[in-house]
Amino acid sequence: MSVSIVSNQQRKKIHPHKFTMWVAIGSIVMMFAGLTSAFIVKSNQVNWKTVALPKVFWISTAVIIASSITVQMALRSFKNREMNQYRLLIGLTLVLGAAFVVLQWMGFNELWAQQITFKGSGAGQFLYVIFGLHAMHVIGGVVALIVMFIKAYAGKTKLYSSVPVEVVATYWHFVDALWIYLLVFFLVIGG
Amino acid sequence: MSEVTNMHSGAMAGHAVHHEDHHGHHKETFVSKYIFSMDHKTIAKQFLVTGIIWAIIGGLFSVLFRLQLGYPDQSFPILETMFGHWAAGGQIKPEFYYALITMHGTVLVFFVLTAGLSGTFANLLIPLQIGARDMASPFLNMLSYWFFFMASVVMLSSIFIQTGPASGGWTMYPPLSALRQAGDGSKLGSDLWLVGMALFIISQLLAGLNYISTILNMRTKGMSMTRMPLTVWALFFTAVLGVLSFPVLLSGAILLLFDRNIGTSFFLSDIVINGEILPNEGGSAILYQHLFWFLGHPEVYIILLPAMGMVSEILSVNSRKPIFGYMAMLGSLFAICILAFLVWAHHMFVTGLNPFLGSVFVLLTLLIAVPSAIKVFNWLTTLWRGNIRFTPATLFAIGFVSLFISGGLTGIFVGNSTIDIHLHDTMFVVAHFHIVMGVASFFGMFAGVYHWFPKMFGRYLNSTLGYMHFWVTMIGSYLIFWPMHYQGLAGIPRRYLDKSGWTSFNGFPELDKMITIVSIIVFAVQLMFVFNFFYSIFKGRKVTTKNPWGANTLEWTTPIRPGHGNWEGEIPEVHRWAYDYGKDGREFIPQDEPIGENESKH
Repeated sequence: MSVSIVSNQQRKKIHPHKFTMWVAIGSIVMMFAGLTSAFIVKSNQVNWKTVALPKVFWISTAVIIASSITVQMALRSFKNREMNQYRLLIGLTLVLGAAFVVLQWMGFNELWAQQITFKGSGAGQFLYVIFGLHAMHVIGGVVALIVMFIKAYAGKTKLYSSVPVEVVATYWHFVDALWIYLLVFFLVIGG
Repeated sequence: MSEVTNMHSGAMAGHAVHHEDHHGHHKETFVSKYIFSMDHKTIAKQFLVTGIIWAIIGGLFSVLFRLQLGYPDQSFPILETMFGHWAAGGQIKPEFYYALITMHGTVLVFFVLTAGLSGTFANLLIPLQIGARDMASPFLNMLSYWFFFMASVVMLSSIFIQTGPASGGWTMYPPLSALRQAGDGSKLGSDLWLVGMALFIISQLLAGLNYISTILNMRTKGMSMTRMPLTVWALFFTAVLGVLSFPVLLSGAILLLFDRNIGTSFFLSDIVINGEILPNEGGSAILYQHLFWFLGHPEVYIILLPAMGMVSEILSVNSRKPIFGYMAMLGSLFAICILAFLVWAHHMFVTGLNPFLGSVFVLLTLLIAVPSAIKVFNWLTTLWRGNIRFTPATLFAIGFVSLFISGGLTGIFVGNSTIDIHLHDTMFVVAHFHIVMGVASFFGMFAGVYHWFPKMFGRYLNSTLGYMHFWVTMIGSYLIFWPMHYQGLAGIPRRYLDKSGWTSFNGFPELDKMITIVSIIVFAVQLMFVFNFFYSIFKGRKVTTKNPWGANTLEWTTPIRPGHGNWEGEIPEVHRWAYDYGKDGREFIPQDEPIGENESKH
């Protein structure tokens, strides 16, 4: 079986799967750009209500930044073939990612208790939609991490290629950066 | 990048190629070969056949509402037999009429001319023409088709529910689409529309990602970007447009779903409906229009660019001449791609848009005339003094150029915000976009199907039926849409199901009858094409040579019926651009032929 999809006649460039991930990131950016520009348009209208971010969102920020560090360390230990450390770090990232989603949910509950619901109009409704969609992207990343985690334990064949790990790590840094953008956006424009 | 890294994605291709040599045990089952196939050629055929089914449905809808427009006072008992309470007494009810035009637009714009057109030809041609064994990710590619299939199931199911499909127009503007009380079509049908479109968008994004990374990363040796056929360039820009604009529609659709089902007020404000005062306030219906048209305008080019690319290729091959102005063609594709994102508000001139902002959008809109004119000029000069072979594909390609000119010129009218005040929402607009985008892209698609059918199925389409198909469709399209310009200039609005009650609008009853009769004939001829298509798959004349059209591009270096992996041995290396026709006394020189010692430069 000498023939593979990426022929060795082709030039050595960025791996197609990594490249695909970058284009996908561009596409997700466009969706959030659409939503945040809708926010800006609406915030100039009458009866706009601002929202104060609960403190719990700061904790979730710390958690997702920490998870970005662990996923980067996981990638490095994979490349160094330190598989036990890799498994540990991937597991840790997974737990931090799940914790982030739970913290977001707590933040939503806190806001809801302050009578910021789906009724009326203002930053609150956008917050639920935008943060909610971001959380769904994090959940997607968590699912990918679970797959990596299982593969690291149950894989029959030994994994040598770091491409899948790199793709997941890139995505994970992206949802982290996206969160920081959204947080700053809500602090500066939504506050 | 080691061989091992690609084993998992390359395994399929590896198997297929491996087995060609042994003719022995095949692991491929019926399901893995024809249904959940990861072969880009099979996925292309799946997109094409699904697109054809949708085109029949969408086309039939237009015949039905043309029947209403041409004969508003007559009853057709067969309609009641077929559609029950939607056509009680043999007359199309207003709700049904609006459902028909909404679904006609949705189906043809998205399911036929987006998925059916670029889904088919991007899948078929990108790997074959750049010299790749498959897409960057065959799995995502398969997923893309099945998301499209799910979207189709959801959209189709909305036709069969009690309250009928969405009927707020293909643009789904709120508040009409956001409020259940607004009509039958705004009930379950609109939710199914939004869910169906969300699935469709995911399908298009997965597809677009793959197209882009395949073109940029998987070209064979020697295939530099400027040696790529124009088809691949056009499909590349199409994918870029889709990947950047569809997510914005998705965000609009998500906000609309929230407004419909959870009680938010993103798009709703101060509404009284049936005497009931709604609590929503602070929303903006115009916001939805911005989000919609930020996709909606690039969508026009998502539909048109693949047709442009295929027409460039087919005209060059069949006039036995190099394409005129390859770099100008590239530049104009790029310019169209950029401008596509900067003109969306020309759909909103009459929404109370700031007139100064409007004038900026007029300028940007009219700028598109420049790259469009360059392309038209280059197509005509490619044909000029060529040795033209009038195959059905060539005729459809020439038809495309004709329609693109006619429809493009009326764009100069509607692109002016002042003239648009008169023409907005009239039949003039209907005529404009049907000719320039709808029918023209269909012509590009037909050209592509006639030209690449031998590659897809190893047989030819019947040419006699093809010529009939072309002439009836060509003449019919002009007969249907040309008179609509006059109706529009006379002020006749679109979306009216019966104009007889208005003295200002009821001056053209015979013209409407004529348009209806021609649409029925044109629709019948499309059914003949469908017959030709399926008949020829099984009984068509067999292709006996690898390169039946004498074309230069790489897809014609593959076996007549290529397996998964496309080339049996090594992928050919590319030594020249795709358009060496009529050079140094030779009719054509394929791309994989090395440059000769005494060869002249082009």
